[in-house]
This record gives sequence, structure tokens and C-alpha cells, in this order.
Amino acid sequence: MIQSKQKPCFGLVMLWVLFHINHIHAQQRPDSLKPVSLKEVILISKDNSYIKQSKPLSSLDALLESSKNVDMIKRGAYAWEPTMHGMTSERLALTIDGMHIFEACTDKMDPITSYVDSPNLAEAQVGSGQQAAEFGNSIGGGINLQLNRTGFASLGWTGSVETGYETNNKMRVFGGRTSYSSTDFYFDATASFRKASNYKAGGNKEVLFSPFTKYNASFNLGWKLSEGKSLHASMIFDEAKDVGYPALTMDVSLARAFIGSLSYEQEKLWDIFTNWESKLYFNNIKHVMDDTTRPNVPIHMDMPGWSDTYGFYSKTNLVKDTHQFLFKIDGYYNRALAEMTMYPVDPNEALMFMYTWPDVRTTNLGLFVEDRIFFTDSYLDLSIRGSYHNNYVADEFGLNSNKIFHPDMQQSKTRFLKSLSAKYYNNLGDFQWNASVAYGERAPSVSEGYGFFLFNSFDNYDYIGSPDLKNEASAEASVSISFSKPRFEVTADANFFHIYNYIIGVPIPDVSPMAHGADGVKMYENLSYAQILHTSLSARYFLSDAFTINWQVAYYKGQDNERENLPLISPISFKSSLVFVKNLYNASLTMQGAGTQSKFNPKYGESETDAYTIFSADFGKYIFFDNNNLLVKVGVENIFDKEYSTYNDWSNIPRMGRNFYVNLTFSF
Amino acid sequence: MKTLYKNIVLLVATAVLFASCSSDDNTTDYNSEENPITEKYLVYESIDEGLEWHVYSENKELEVGYNEFFVTIKEVETENYLQNVTIDWMPMMYMHGMAHSAPYSNLSNAENPKVYQGYVVFQMAGNNEEYWELDISYSVDGKSVERSIPIDVVQPLDGMVKTQSFVGNDEQNYVLAYVAPTKPEVATNYMLAVLYKMDDMHNFSIVENYIIALDPRMPGMGNHSSPNNKDLEYNSDTGFYEGKLSMTMTGYWRLNLQLLNTDGQVLKGEEITEEHPNSSLYFELEF
Repeated sequence: MIQSKQKPCFGLVMLWVLFHINHIHAQQRPDSLKPVSLKEVILISKDNSYIKQSKPLSSLDALLESSKNVDMIKRGAYAWEPTMHGMTSERLALTIDGMHIFEACTDKMDPITSYVDSPNLAEAQVGSGQQAAEFGNSIGGGINLQLNRTGFASLGWTGSVETGYETNNKMRVFGGRTSYSSTDFYFDATASFRKASNYKAGGNKEVLFSPFTKYNASFNLGWKLSEGKSLHASMIFDEAKDVGYPALTMDVSLARAFIGSLSYEQEKLWDIFTNWESKLYFNNIKHVMDDTTRPNVPIHMDMPGWSDTYGFYSKTNLVKDTHQFLFKIDGYYNRALAEMTMYPVDPNEALMFMYTWPDVRTTNLGLFVEDRIFFTDSYLDLSIRGSYHNNYVADEFGLNSNKIFHPDMQQSKTRFLKSLSAKYYNNLGDFQWNASVAYGERAPSVSEGYGFFLFNSFDNYDYIGSPDLKNEASAEASVSISFSKPRFEVTADANFFHIYNYIIGVPIPDVSPMAHGADGVKMYENLSYAQILHTSLSARYFLSDAFTINWQVAYYKGQDNERENLPLISPISFKSSLVFVKNLYNASLTMQGAGTQSKFNPKYGESETDAYTIFSADFGKYIFFDNNNLLVKVGVENIFDKEYSTYNDWSNIPRMGRNFYVNLTFSF
Repeated sequence: MKTLYKNIVLLVATAVLFASCSSDDNTTDYNSEENPITEKYLVYESIDEGLEWHVYSENKELEVGYNEFFVTIKEVETENYLQNVTIDWMPMMYMHGMAHSAPYSNLSNAENPKVYQGYVVFQMAGNNEEYWELDISYSVDGKSVERSIPIDVVQPLDGMVKTQSFVGNDEQNYVLAYVAPTKPEVATNYMLAVLYKMDDMHNFSIVENYIIALDPRMPGMGNHSSPNNKDLEYNSDTGFYEGKLSMTMTGYWRLNLQLLNTDGQVLKGEEITEEHPNSSLYFELEF
């Protein structure tokens, strides 16, 4: 197959977001029992979709935001925090190539998605609710970022170099990838560099403290030991420096990650199991918050944090009659430590020191089983996960600090977490539908359990963890209905979550905050329940072979047990685009916006966010030279330079104004 | 094989050696030859009437505030530490044309029969013209020993206020001294203080059943306070006021206090408000 040689294959126009067309693919395949992905897949670096991306060199954050289940919280231009169904990282299972990684920042300035870059990755697998239970314990869902491995493809040397420039924040991007592969060996190396200055909001207003610099390098190696047996190693190094967080009171001088793994894959095990894969991994994250570049700081602080994780998993498939099983055991051990040192105005006074995360050791061991049962024109997915989860406070100083608020707390706390899910897919020709019911549990995060005076600039409160919180549990139901004809398709989705023991910060009166100017102290507590509804409607109309119109609208509602609005729930939002793809050309015009956020809750520091609509356009072309090609992409975002912010912009920090960009990718 | 046996023998020998070493380390201090006092600082020593006696202090320097003292008396002939001696003592401050004493406890050997333990609250430091003496007297088998031991009392080396001598709203003179925690931690600390009333220049008596209200603050952090503190209450078994002191971080803390009598009337100190960020009755801590 000459076509497979790293060249874009335009005949097969792969749609960027694949989830709702899985059934179409299934129909095209001779064997309709072929497994279909459970999850929405966002292609990041698969070449045949590259031209479809409006901005191939955009950060992973921007790519994730294109998923209809993922929204991003922004605290600046860098390190956005993914949310699903209005739920943030503690309610999600976020993994990289199946590896658990936990942020090292107590203030969520380093979501784990910030420690990889698009050249590292092949795709992002997005599972909604308990459909993500394979990745770990979660309530809202999960995202697994799959690394981009060449595999034993016998392609010889291939590679690409990329560069990009954006006018708004003078961002320069340089990247490169080189790979060698043969039938029994492969090697990938990637490197990327991004550097940006302050960005400008609409109306040419500079947003101070918003620059960043990021380096990323990765290596993959694979050996085929014998037929059907192979060994794989991967390593990612990521370092961000001098990252500004305009929505926060502090910036970051360093965020560094080492992510490494070694895995063994075997096609068959004992003649009954297939695709046996086992992996050992570690990752090490250091994050340093810093306010030395900020003027008028009442008291200077250093806030470094560390998060080290060691883990493993082993999984295998079993196909028997109409059953297709997936068995997985996994485990990790995480150490989370963060401290704060404050420098008194009077230099003769002693330094003020505390542990904000008291060296919490988390051990999690889980067993996951999934069974897909095939029927004529339909199938049923059943899955179950059980996990042992233990937190242990290793530092005496930190334990004593926590005991100020919780005198009776124990050094060690063990929980058992369960997840059950059933999802039924039915294909009735033009009409497809699926529906699921599920139950899942999660343990409190390190911050929710053991945080000590974590300042949240959003609601202006200091937060204190509660080690004896009950497990948060969710009963969820979802339904999705699609109708497709050759010229158009329409999909309606609804997800509903009834979350028991919903964990959220509740003000504790008469406790004095630590942060200067804070309104008070909140402690994480369990509300008896909260409810989240997320519905969306999307449609696609194929005007001609070249032109497609996409349309999408989403509606969310989130309430607590007293019918008060939950924070960070999106107002009605919409996106519409006209896409042109023909031969070596591609262009698109996108309109995107949201209604007024009227269901905000001042209790959580929210204020009304105005409605907005912005427009973007891009154009791309492939240019071929012999066996090499150059992809040129130019575009403009926020064409009318609208000054706006969205419900999930921390402290309503304005988003980027008009931005022209150019991306060049040369592949050889 | 031979080397294996040799190694095992060596291993066992080493283990035995270590075991014997550690048992040496564990030897109790309470046999007649051993000094029952360890890790204290010698204030005074003397041999009188066949009795070898020592005065030790808890801290290297005697500072203004609460100080613990330890006295041992050994019979030179028998090398035995004496266990039922009544020792009288009294601290005295000699100033220009006057002298006064200080709050102090009895010397008691209840905790360890060979060690007589007590405390003194020094209200002020000595200097070239004014000085402290510790007057000690006891008798054993009709032989009496009496000595005035000059001692140096200095201001607290860390510069922190840990003692308050004041006149309450009831016109009484009080001395309030910080006792514990001696090693403050970021934690809920067990706090101790002593409260005395001055009856006259030479007599101080423990005040019982008052309340010492506690409000710890960090002036350098916008007067940040801490939760789960407990006001100090009198414990009649120990004679100390006991409470709980939470500190959320290291650094400089001002422990604002209010003294309340048995009727709940404030005798000294003010409540902390925005307008009134500190109390006139307080201790200081820095760690």
C-alpha cells in the first residue's frame, strides 16, 4: 500500500469528530461485528485529517475545546483546564496513554493536558460519564490522550518540520518530528517550542501577565521481540517557563514534567486472550508558582508543588461467541506535596511556612471488565469497575496542620469505589440511537481531602480540605438519537447526572482567611445531591461534494439540592461552520457564541457573562514536491475583534481579540 | 561453603555486638551512681556538710518569664541521692534601696524522687546594679545548708514578650507568664500559662478559676487568626491554666489575651476588632 506512506489520503475524508458517524463506518465494513469505539475521538496528529484542522499547530487545549463534550476553563493563554458536562478535573479521569498523571499545582494551574503537546499525540479519546471507567474512577467522564507511535510500519525514515506565527500574542511555534520504522523496530522523536508574549483582548487591550514559553520533547522506541510480541518505551519531557496567569494573583516560573513508560504487548495469550498489553510507568511533575514579576504584592510568596506517580496496567481482550470482553487491572501510587513560604514585610521576622498539600500518598488498585454483546443491528456494553483507594498523610507537620481543622482525622483513609454501566446501541438503518444508565463513585481529590488554605481567586475564598468526606457518587442516564441521510444528518444528545454527596466548598463562618483580601474560608463538604443536565443538538448538511454546513447548539443546567445554580455551568452555546474541502484545498468559516449566562451563582464568585458571537476563517493548501509535501494554513480568529469573555473564563478575564496566524508543515 | 559459614559467623557476631551496644545505651539513669539529671544546665554546685548538691535549669539562659529549676542532693559518703528532704527556696530581686520576690512554686520531688523540681517567673532582667538571687535552704540530719545564689536573668533571647506584669481593673497586681508549648508547631498546640497575684513585695499567690481568653493573630498577614483555639482555664491539680493554641503556619504570632475573673469581668486586655487590631495583654511567639 503506497498510500499508507505518511501521505494524506484525501479520498477518505475522515471527519474530525468521529463519534456520530461510527455507525456509518460500521455499515461500510464487511464485518459488522468489528469493534466500534465507545468514545468520541479527536484526531490530533493523524495525517489524513490534518488539513481538516483549522490550525494544525494549535495547542492541545484548543484541539480539545473542539470536542462537543469538552469545555476549557481559561486562566490565561496557557494551560487551560478541561471540563466535561460542567465538571472539572477532580470529577474526570484524565490519562496520557493510559497513565495516571496528577497535577502538582494546588490552584489548578497545570492540568495534565498542559504537559503534552500536539506533536506527542495521535488522538484524544473522550468518554462521557462512566463510559470512561476504563481510564479510572470518575463522575463526569474521562479523556485519554493517546501517544503518536509510528509502529512497525516499514516506512523507513520519515519526518516533518513545522512552524507557525500568530499576530495577536506574537506566538512563535517551531516543531519537528522524525521517525524510523521497519518491520521489527521503530523510533520516533519529536520536539516543539512555543513562545508567546502578552495577548490582546478585543479592542486592542493588552492583557498583562499572559505570556508563556513551552518546550516539549518526546521519544518512542519499539522492538518486535518475535512474531506477535513487542516491547515499547516512551518518554516525554515538557517544560513551561515564565507562564503568566492574568486571572490569578500569581504566575508560574516553572512547570516541568518527565513522563516515562515501558510496555509489553503480545497478540495472543494462552490461545484465548488477544491484544494483551502491560505497562509500567512513572511521571514526575514540579510546579513553581511565583509572584516576583507582579507589582504591589502585599506579601511575596513561593508556592512550589510536586506530584510523582508510579503505576501499571495490564489489559487483554477475549472474544467468545457474541461476547467481546476487555479485562484490565490497573494501579498507581501518587505522592502530592505542596508548600507555601511567605516573606514577611519586616525582614527580621521569621519566614511563614505551611504545607498546602501535606505529602499525601494515594494508592489506587482497580479491576475493570467490559463485555460487549452483539445482536443483529445492535449491541450492548456492560462494564464494571471496582477500586481500592487509600490516602495516607506522610508528613507529621502536614498532618498536624490538617488536624487544626479536623482533630479526629486519621493518618490513613481507605475507600472502595464502584462503577457500573450499561449502554445499548441500536442501528435501524437511517436511524440510530443509543441509551445508557450508569452508576459511578469517586474519592475526594487531594485538595478536597487535604488542602490547606488553597486560595481560589474565582470566589475569593481560601479552601480547606476534609479528609472524611463521603465518596461522591453519580447516577447517570444518557440518550443519543441520530438520523442520517446521504445529504444530511441530525443528532440529539442528552446526559443527566444525579450526583449524590456532591463535593463543594461551603463557607465556614468565623474562620479567618490566610490570603490578603480574601472574603473568608470555605471547607469542602458533601451536599446531599446536585444535578447536571447537558443536552446538545447537532446537524450536518452536505451542500455538495465540497461544501458542508455544520451546526451545533448545547444547553446545560446544573443545580444543587437547594435548587441553586452550580458554578461553571455553560449558558446556551452554539457553533456553526461552513467547510469547504476539495482536492488539495480546504477552507472554513466558523461562527461561535453563547447566550447570556443568567444562571450564575454569586455564592461561587460568578457574575453575569454577556452573550457574544465571534467569527473565524481559515484557508489551507497542500503543495507537493516529489514525495514531500508542504501544508500551508492561514486564518483569522475573532475577525471583528470582539471583546468578550465566557462563563468559564476565570474572573471573566477577556479572551483573545483578532488574531491572524500562519502554519507551515513540511513533511518528508 | 567455608566462606559461607564464615560469613554467617561474622554476621551473628556483629549482631551480638550491636545488641550488647544497644543494651548499654538503654541502661537506666536511676541507679545510685548515675546522675538522675540529664540534658539540663548547671546553675550552681557545692559540697557542704558531706552533701554534694546541684541546681540546674531547663534552659541555658535564665530569661525573663517562666523558668524551671531542678535540685539534687547527694550524700558523698554513700553516693545516694536523697529523696525526702524539704527544700525551701525563694527568688529575690535586689534593687536600689528595695528588694522584691517573684512568683514561684514549691520544690517537689513528686515526679522523680531524686529530683526536686520547681519554677520561678522572673518579671524583669538583672543589670549591673540590680540583680537576682535564689535563696535556698534545707537540712539533713540536723545539718543545715543555706545559700544565696546569684543568678543572671536576661531578656528573652528571641526578643518575644512572654511575661506580663500588670494592674487589673480590680487594682490588683498580676503576673501572667507563658509556659508551653516550648516548641510551638503548625498544629493545635497544648498551651499552658501561670497566673499570680502580688499580695505584697514578697508574696505572690496563684489566681484560681479565672479565664484567659486567647485570640492568636499574625499581624504580618493582615491579622490572620486561626480556628479551634480554646481559652485557658485553671486546672486545680496542676496550678496551670490550660488551653489550646492553633497556629496555621510558622512565623510571628501575637497571642492576644484577655483576663476574666470568676464573674466574667474583663480585668485586662481588649477584644480584637478591625479598629482595635491588638490587645494590651498578649504574648509573642516566633518559630
